[in-house]
Amino acid sequence: MKKIILSATILLLSVSLFAQSEKFTAAMKKNLDALGAAFKNPPELLTVANNFERIATAEKTQWLPYYYAAFCQVNYGFIQQDKTKTDGYADKASELIAKADSLSPKNSEISCIKSMIASCHMMVDPQQRWMEYGKESGSKLDAAISQDATNPRPHYLRGQGLKFTPEQFGGGCKTAKPELQTAMEKYANFKPASELHPNWGKEQVDQLLKECQ
Amino acid sequence: MKQLIFISLLLGTLRLSAQVKISGRITDNKNKPLSGASIVLKDTYDGATSDSTGLYSFPTQEKGIHQLEVSTTGYNSISQNINIGLSPIVQNLSLKEQVTELKAVVISAGSFEASDKNKGAVLSSIDIVTTPSANGDVTSAFKSLPGTQQVGESEGLFVRGGTATESKIYMDGNLVNNFFYSSTPGIATRGRFNPFLFKGTVFSTGGYSALYGQALSSALILESNDLPERTQADLSISVVGIGGGIQHLSRDKKSSWGVSYNYINLWLAFNVIKQKQDYFRVPVANQTDANFRIKTKNGGFIKYYGYLSTNKVGFRSPDIDTTGLKDAFTLKNINTYQNINWKDRIGNGWKINTGISFSTNKDNIANDIQDASNRKVTLNSPSLYAFKNFSLENNAKYAQARLVLEKRIKGLTAIRFGSDYFYSDEKSTYTLYDGTKFDEKIIDHLYAGFAEADIYVTNSLAAKIGTRLEHSEIINQWNIAPRLSLAYKLADNSQASLAYGIFYQNPERKLLPAAAGIDYSKAAHYIFQYTRQTRDYTLRTELFYKKYDDLYKTAPGFNGRELAVNNNGFGDAKGIEFFWRDKKTIKNVDYWFSYSYLDTKRNFLNYPTAIQPSFAANHTAAFVFKRFVLPWKTGFNFSYNFATGRPYYNIGFDSSLSKYTIKDQGKTINYNSMSFSINYLPNLGKTNAKTFAVWVLGINNVLGQKQVFSYNYSSNGNRKEAVTPPSKRFVFIGCFLSFGIDRTQDAINNNL
Repeated sequence: MKKIILSATILLLSVSLFAQSEKFTAAMKKNLDALGAAFKNPPELLTVANNFERIATAEKTQWLPYYYAAFCQVNYGFIQQDKTKTDGYADKASELIAKADSLSPKNSEISCIKSMIASCHMMVDPQQRWMEYGKESGSKLDAAISQDATNPRPHYLRGQGLKFTPEQFGGGCKTAKPELQTAMEKYANFKPASELHPNWGKEQVDQLLKECQ
Repeated sequence: MKQLIFISLLLGTLRLSAQVKISGRITDNKNKPLSGASIVLKDTYDGATSDSTGLYSFPTQEKGIHQLEVSTTGYNSISQNINIGLSPIVQNLSLKEQVTELKAVVISAGSFEASDKNKGAVLSSIDIVTTPSANGDVTSAFKSLPGTQQVGESEGLFVRGGTATESKIYMDGNLVNNFFYSSTPGIATRGRFNPFLFKGTVFSTGGYSALYGQALSSALILESNDLPERTQADLSISVVGIGGGIQHLSRDKKSSWGVSYNYINLWLAFNVIKQKQDYFRVPVANQTDANFRIKTKNGGFIKYYGYLSTNKVGFRSPDIDTTGLKDAFTLKNINTYQNINWKDRIGNGWKINTGISFSTNKDNIANDIQDASNRKVTLNSPSLYAFKNFSLENNAKYAQARLVLEKRIKGLTAIRFGSDYFYSDEKSTYTLYDGTKFDEKIIDHLYAGFAEADIYVTNSLAAKIGTRLEHSEIINQWNIAPRLSLAYKLADNSQASLAYGIFYQNPERKLLPAAAGIDYSKAAHYIFQYTRQTRDYTLRTELFYKKYDDLYKTAPGFNGRELAVNNNGFGDAKGIEFFWRDKKTIKNVDYWFSYSYLDTKRNFLNYPTAIQPSFAANHTAAFVFKRFVLPWKTGFNFSYNFATGRPYYNIGFDSSLSKYTIKDQGKTINYNSMSFSINYLPNLGKTNAKTFAVWVLGINNVLGQKQVFSYNYSSNGNRKEAVTPPSKRFVFIGCFLSFGIDRTQDAINNNL
């Protein structure tokens, strides 16, 4: 009898544990799919951001949901047009990425988001903010590269930034292209740690390179 | 067997638990739907985001009592316990808006702010240096804003019918006594401090906070920089001198120190641009300063700033009372200023802001009468001419201690209170033509206490209520000055504000020693403001009325000096002001326009009746236009200042009537000045550049328009002479270089 109860308890426990990680993976996958679709309908990004944030707060120890929540917020900050609100989304993303950072310090992917957040702040008023945020955005990418030399995303972000910088400021296709090509080479060899880990940007680099032909 | 059934039942409930729908509507406290709010069933994945009509809905398999949390930016989060059973739950919730700096009204009546961060700022820090009429002088930039006069014959800010001595300047809360270089006759001197020292400036043209006193008209509040972004060396070379400095940022980015030195010599400039005065001692100044800043662990700062300068100038100009004789004026000055300040959070919502400052100023002034061959003419008979040979030595010491405590009550609502102590010790020795010396010593201790509350009722309604109490030993009486300011948000981008305040001031140094029983002079301000501001444009209009009472009247003392004898003076000033700035309509162009109408009369000093003072014009306007051409990396800045003519008077003491009379009067021609400057930034955009250079070319009064500030009269009143600028135009060419010591590598290492 005792044995049965014991084994039943173990069985139950392992089922629930299994269910737990199963549930996490399923919820993450569902929202990653939703994330891909959300770019076509930007306000959806905020819904997906909230979904990821809920998973993050419930899980407490997973950096990925915080990472994606921040990713959604900062992207929405870039996409939405009302510049008086941009800082608000960037600040929200900062708050989320700080939590991811404390769970997974010195993470190259997290540094990429930090760089995007700085660029997002800069975009509100490039002339006034270039000195402060332009520098920060660049130094976070430097950090991202040194934290993981195989990560293609810092090169993608740098290339993208250069492409949209006026030529007289040292931007344009000419300087962007080598950076984007480096990104492309790294994408070719990049294997995400799991299907939930960051694996975005390749199509965009393709597109940017086409525009720079 | 029973156990097996039990287990399978258990497992079954795990799988088959029924879903329950939770839905509802999220609104703000005015019942308007809130979209994008996040609804969370705490510690679960379940939740939703409210749609554009505030509606939300989600299914959950959870059972029992759970917390439903709702949050969105700008609102206080709330949570509600719900008991999830088998039936759907409808839960409507309303959130209260947070009173935040981003959304709340700005208490702004009477003030202009130049800042890069603060909401409601009208100028950014860089505007102070790119406004061409300002010549990189901190206070001059504010002359392109409404409320100030285009006074060119002396330094300082003349605000809304007030004299320059009615404007006081503060650095990190401490009064700066000799903000400008010592006065020279007929020439406006510049401010002593580099505009790049300050991260923010508030220029109040009236109705300012109870934290500041002893200024009937205006307060200019300067806030020094925090830590520099990086370690950097600077070098400047220009037609007026050379300078260099270093700012060192510690590795942990928690502290910094800096020193700089500037040598100013106008020999080259004055040789190229002919001056009206005949300089036998071209202006030369040595300036050095030092600072340190320490960031405390609570995010506060300890800041020190120290300044030392010496300067010399000497020039001849024709004597107005004679033909052929000249006045040779010389000035030597040594000035020091030191200020240490601590600003911090001290727990429980309390903030402390305390500081002490100490400054000294020494002037050696001499005037000689010289003949056509520049030889001193000594006249020993006590006549008008004899008195023109004199020397004056001023020796002043000032100290201030200040403590302000602030407590946040709720949201932005806060109370603050504190006290100030000012010490001044001003000695002077006046030496007559015959060597007779007159010594004078004026010492004052001024104590002040103040309390103020910022009350934010909602994001749309705020008030600042304060009182200041002062006691000056010279006056030996207390004064109580109430202040009140209200702001109400009319719509998202517009607000209306009101301000009221009483202001007191001691007699200025040159009117002392005063007759016994002298009281404070007094002004009351009434201000109404309407502002409409978006990211791209600012419209601001202000109506004001200012009433002066107990102004100082003077009578001739010994040596012909005019000293304060009673408080029988009075006056008023009223007007309307407009400011319009537009950064958007014309691509890449930023322009602003300001206009002030002023109607003022006063009876003070030696005025026989209430008249429009000689420093006040009825209409003043300024237009500033800036365009940055990116491909050329060059900024083009243009400004035009205009003012209608100002009255001038020859007021003399009529001994037969034993009173002052106006012997002659008139009005100057209108004031017009167009200035232009170009900034070229060759390294702009080179992210890896170690050197950053700015080339500046500035021309004042490009068109060489005739400017007359006032008239000087000879003693007998038979002759008058226009007071005009020292030269028709002035050209400035300079190069400012900074050499950054890049910390990028450190930043990477810190992240690894």
